[in-house]
Amino acid sequence: MKLEYTSEQRAFRQEVREWMEANVPRAPLPSFDLTREGFEAHREWERKLHEGRWGMVTWPESYGGRNLDLIRWLIFEEEYHRAGAPVRVNQNGIFLLGPTMMEFGTDEQKARFLPDMAAGNHIWAQAWSEPGAGSDLAAVRSTVRREGDEYVLNGQKTWSTRAVYADWAFGLFREPGSERHKGMSLVLFPLDAPGVTRRPIARMDGENVFAEIFLDDVRVPVSNCLGEEGQGWQVCMATAGFERGLMLRSPARYQVAAKKLVALWQDRKDSLPAAVGERVAQAWMDADAYALAVYGMASRLADGAKIGPEASTNKIFWSELDVALYKVGLDILGNRAELMAEGGEDPLEAGWLDGYVFALAGPIYAGSNEIQRNIIAERMLGLPKR
Amino acid sequence: MRVAFTKDQNELTAAVREMLVSTCTPADLRRLLESPDAVDEQRWSTAVEMGILGVLVPEEQGGLGLSVVDFVGIAEAAGYVALPEPLVELAGVVAPCLALAEQDRGWLERVLAGELVAVADPTAPWVVNADVAKALLLVADESVHLVDASSVKTERDRSFDQFRRLFKVRWEPGADTDLQVGCAAMRARGTLFAAAQLLGLAQRCIDISVGYAKERTQFGRAIGVNQAVKHHLATAQVKVEFARPVVHAAAAELALGNLAAEARLAHAKISAAAAADYAAEIAVQVHGAMGYTWEADVHFFLKRAFALKYAWGDPALQMGRVIERLNKLPTGPDLTFASEVGR
Repeated sequence: MKLEYTSEQRAFRQEVREWMEANVPRAPLPSFDLTREGFEAHREWERKLHEGRWGMVTWPESYGGRNLDLIRWLIFEEEYHRAGAPVRVNQNGIFLLGPTMMEFGTDEQKARFLPDMAAGNHIWAQAWSEPGAGSDLAAVRSTVRREGDEYVLNGQKTWSTRAVYADWAFGLFREPGSERHKGMSLVLFPLDAPGVTRRPIARMDGENVFAEIFLDDVRVPVSNCLGEEGQGWQVCMATAGFERGLMLRSPARYQVAAKKLVALWQDRKDSLPAAVGERVAQAWMDADAYALAVYGMASRLADGAKIGPEASTNKIFWSELDVALYKVGLDILGNRAELMAEGGEDPLEAGWLDGYVFALAGPIYAGSNEIQRNIIAERMLGLPKR
Repeated sequence: MRVAFTKDQNELTAAVREMLVSTCTPADLRRLLESPDAVDEQRWSTAVEMGILGVLVPEEQGGLGLSVVDFVGIAEAAGYVALPEPLVELAGVVAPCLALAEQDRGWLERVLAGELVAVADPTAPWVVNADVAKALLLVADESVHLVDASSVKTERDRSFDQFRRLFKVRWEPGADTDLQVGCAAMRARGTLFAAAQLLGLAQRCIDISVGYAKERTQFGRAIGVNQAVKHHLATAQVKVEFARPVVHAAAAELALGNLAAEARLAHAKISAAAAADYAAEIAVQVHGAMGYTWEADVHFFLKRAFALKYAWGDPALQMGRVIERLNKLPTGPDLTFASEVGR
């Protein structure tokens, strides 16, 4: 235990801070889900990050990274969120597929996909869920059939975040006739390939944040299979570990939200009951607890430990924390909470409803929190499956 | 930056934990309750022989010269077994306090040999085991006093937790009793190790419930297959997982002594108490009607968790400290650690 940064770590923080101050767009970028322009503006930001070699600091230098450890990644994330930099449009690529590819990809695949991913040339979407396979992911029915050096993909995927405008997707498919966890493969396919049809799905507020993907005899080379043929389930579970446990939701975003919540409360607390202060304090504490837990996880990984089913405790904690943070903020706004943002409002009051609507999805995606609780109960605690 | 224990720390914790788990089963607890004794002599002498009482005492004073970070896992283990003996109070609070005193009147050596010195503080006002202690550490005007047992008047109060043999104590502070040691560090250790014990208690409540849910059958199958049961226990485990790093960080930051570190300690106590509270209630629920009885073991852990939630700074006091920190110090993702706040 040494809860102090080294002088090198401090210098690194300073370097990130200075770059962010010089480069983060002053005005927020337009939404990447509403228009192609907004999406492309975010791609440009990814390119700028890449030019500064900030795209993914943990990656090897040959793939556009800086080969840094997870503690530095956390410092980078802290400065990134502190600066109010744009949400990463390529998070499915860099935080989920990227680490999976580092673990399971061939050298050829890494060289082929990672530099374009890091540079923002390929923005990735995840194509796992299906209309009949949500929590029960092993029920996917979309198929992969091998024909010589090609795969032929068929089926329907859904809830695919960013897929409206993304360039590539990583999908879970099964050999025709295979059952459950066997015979699955993780296959990468371009979203503009012949036979791919995308249909946007509107979120409850009307924004097209995700899409359905229909695959009709889509052909890709067999070199697009990540991990071994038939081992797709195992590869997906590794990705899910990154998704739930560490990469997808770094603590800094919640600590920034908690900081905003504290500022809002400080501004209004004289007219609020003491109980609100306790809820603010609890949300702030929870954000810090998550940060400490992730620092602990990063430290243990550095010692050679692996992320196990405890990733599921992270997913439950950050998703419930996110909802709580925004709900307390909205409760402070009171009657003004329901107002849609029109721009020009008090900066302290901006973003709470948006944040809440986004947070509502947290307990559902990346494996619903009910599934996470099953995983904790069965794999951490050892309760019987049936 | 490193937020993990060393191999040595993990090994020390594991050794103490193994001793405690094997010698302090619920059956052992029941046996002690039926005896007139306050401590199990055999277990206590084992703890003394292992040197646990001197973990936080400098080597030149006869201890192991380790830090609160080294002891936090031991306190967790003591909570896990609902240890009746005041091991955490003596090794975690009394001994390091005596080690700081210029004139301990020979009591540190006696404590290291296993003699009982009881301790109280305005945040933990009842004195546990005052009747069998040979001396007491008591606080007056924010200073710690060492008082001979013969010069205090005690009056027994009954705790919900039968192993907490509580006493009100009347005494007179004087120049001869004053150790000239401030009580803040002592109180901080008391709070920290109460939080650590609460973590252990929370985990024990989960573990005994898992054990019961695997064995107890209804509708022809183990009740543990039901998601309603699983999800209760998983939720309790989540609370433990996100209280533990806070307690560990509070230990590592304790020596800083600034408001940010004090708020971390408050957070640690709040979250460990909340985890233990939740886990204990869920343990009762999972055990069903049996969980409500004297016969089932749940109550040992529930009662200790209940008592320690209030001892050494209750949740309301701790919440006040967190709010004070939010009022006085900046927050943000770059300010997670107390060493960074106010740099």
